[in-house]
Amino acid sequence: MSDLVIDKLSMRFDLPNGSSVQALKDVSINLKKGELLSVLGPSGCGKTTLLNIVAGFLAPTEGTINLNNSVVTGPSPERGMVFQQGALFEWMNVRENVGFGPSMKGMPKAEKREKVDHLLDVVGLGDFKEKAVYELSGGMQQRVALARCLCNEPDVILMDEPLGALDALTREKMQGLVLKLWKETGKTIILITHSVEEALLLGERLIVMAPRPGRIHKEYNLPFAEMGVGADLRQVKKHPDFGTTRDEILAMIWDMEEEIMGRTEAAS
Amino acid sequence: MSELFAKLGEETWTVLSGVLFAIPYLAGYIALILVALLIWNGVKRLLTPKKDYSSLKTVTFGDESAVASNTVASVVSVVAIFVLWGMFTASNWVPGFLHVPGPHAGEGEFTYTLTAEDGSTDDATVSVLMPGQGEEIPDAPEVELGDGFAKNDSIVVEPFRSELLLFDGNDETTRRDGAEVTAINGESIERGGSVSVGFGTVVMTDRGTLNVTPNQGLQMEALYLPPPEAVWQTAKDIWNDGFRNFSFAEHLGFSIFRVIVGFLLGAIVGIPLGYAMGLSDWFRGWFDPIVEFMRPVPPLALIPLVILWFGIGEEGKIVLLFLASLWIMAIGARSGVSGVRISKVHAAYSLGASKWQIMRHVIIPNSLPEIFTAARVAMGVAWGTVVAAELVAASQGVGMMIMVASKFQATAIVIFGIIVIGIVGFAIDMLVRMLERWMVPWKGKG
Repeated sequence: MSDLVIDKLSMRFDLPNGSSVQALKDVSINLKKGELLSVLGPSGCGKTTLLNIVAGFLAPTEGTINLNNSVVTGPSPERGMVFQQGALFEWMNVRENVGFGPSMKGMPKAEKREKVDHLLDVVGLGDFKEKAVYELSGGMQQRVALARCLCNEPDVILMDEPLGALDALTREKMQGLVLKLWKETGKTIILITHSVEEALLLGERLIVMAPRPGRIHKEYNLPFAEMGVGADLRQVKKHPDFGTTRDEILAMIWDMEEEIMGRTEAAS
Repeated sequence: MSELFAKLGEETWTVLSGVLFAIPYLAGYIALILVALLIWNGVKRLLTPKKDYSSLKTVTFGDESAVASNTVASVVSVVAIFVLWGMFTASNWVPGFLHVPGPHAGEGEFTYTLTAEDGSTDDATVSVLMPGQGEEIPDAPEVELGDGFAKNDSIVVEPFRSELLLFDGNDETTRRDGAEVTAINGESIERGGSVSVGFGTVVMTDRGTLNVTPNQGLQMEALYLPPPEAVWQTAKDIWNDGFRNFSFAEHLGFSIFRVIVGFLLGAIVGIPLGYAMGLSDWFRGWFDPIVEFMRPVPPLALIPLVILWFGIGEEGKIVLLFLASLWIMAIGARSGVSGVRISKVHAAYSLGASKWQIMRHVIIPNSLPEIFTAARVAMGVAWGTVVAAELVAASQGVGMMIMVASKFQATAIVIFGIIVIGIVGFAIDMLVRMLERWMVPWKGKG
């Protein structure tokens, strides 16, 4: 049984000047429970629009999304989201942030506390429970965001470039953490990223999208995520297939960017 | 229209020449700042060991973050204000040698040459008595009349004043007979001209009389600027005896009470209004024209209307302060709501929050920093407005104190009032800041 079914999704934005932009066209994805899909593409290919539709923040012009055989019509706690940054609540400390979802549901305090503390230990923030979020580094803040999402026990986790704003070293550590959490919790994850390496490392499946209109260009099934669980990600990157796939995708995206640039130049 | 421009041009020229007059004083003040800096640098060099490499780190010029307010400079600056004040008002608090020259005091004399219609001349001496500041004003001394047709005169000139000399009151031939003063101390003079006589100037008016103006010096007359000790004395008197049937605490208390009540009412109405404008396009559309129109209208411009509608009692003042804070608070709350990062709202939705929970746990806390900023501005404006409103009409309040005192030329009370207003305004700002640090520690850290 497919858990998350994205069926012929199209999205058109009408601009105030009368024209319209086709952000997505006929995007269909079938995602089984526990799969980790990474989505890659040049800027403007509709990756974030796709994620926002799946999250329920946007209603698609055409097509439907089914999760567990019911149609998605709006945001709901079964689809958790991790943002790039700035989505934590500064007025709450780390523990309150992570416990936000359970608080909204009115979970009893003791139970919530136990759950939050456990998750904070899992993401390695056991010593920072009472800190204000703005006192944490960027990497730690993203750990809080991950824990906050997990604490709400969603079926699907949507990640919108969650590691995009981190430095290279922190990013590598966080990639390991994402893989570990994915394996331990068995959640379905859609991860959007700009980085080809990250998409290859984390994506069990990988979709490359093309812009104007945003559509699926190519799909891969990859072994690297499995390999990377609990292993040294730098070793995974040395795998011969990793290099060839990376170069292939980079060339693909390069071509798309060239095409966009060419078209813009021709238009101007 | 061109007439208007001509008038404006004339005014501009007056202002500019006033500024020109101030330039030497400004230059002196800047020199004082620089000299103090040099002295402090010297002191610092003496205090710190010479082989300190941190003193070699000079690459902080242009680094704004390296510029912190120098406490020594602040202290010297405040002390300098009082010293300058004392110097220019001959204060007892400042040693006498620091006083700038005051108006000339003592005795002086000059001679004038009277030319009769037939061309004959005669000299007469004028004794000028100039009592010092604070001295009793004596009568003009008796002088020998002397011989000739011009007789000697005497005159008393009070400090900071000039005196018209009716020189021919005792002369045998007067201006009515065609006589005319033609020289002062041997220096020839005409109507409209002037001659310097050492202790001051003698001006011959257009009607031929003499006007004696002793050198005024650089000091300020107490009527315009009383010395600091007079203000201090006034402060003590008002503190002990009150002013106009109300104690000082009552005057101050009434002003602060008006500000707080007016501000609170403004916040109670303005914040929900701002939220409504931030969250509903209908409310925004409805109130945008009203708020955007009322916001640039200075509250002071509303005083006449408010007095007409509500009278000069408490009601009118509180309505005025309510209006002064209302728009500021509404705009602050509105921008606090619209300033919420959409990802925060999205995150809350996907964590299962309801609309009401998003309002309560995301939008309201997120808007608090903006609301505090608005509150600081509103309190400042309200404080300024209450003083102005009291200046117009009130039976108690700090502004009323100034206004009444100025009518009686009690400048010391006016200055005392200004100092009180400044201190209270500063204290209000500090208080809101402290409250802000305590209640919204995350401000600016999102």
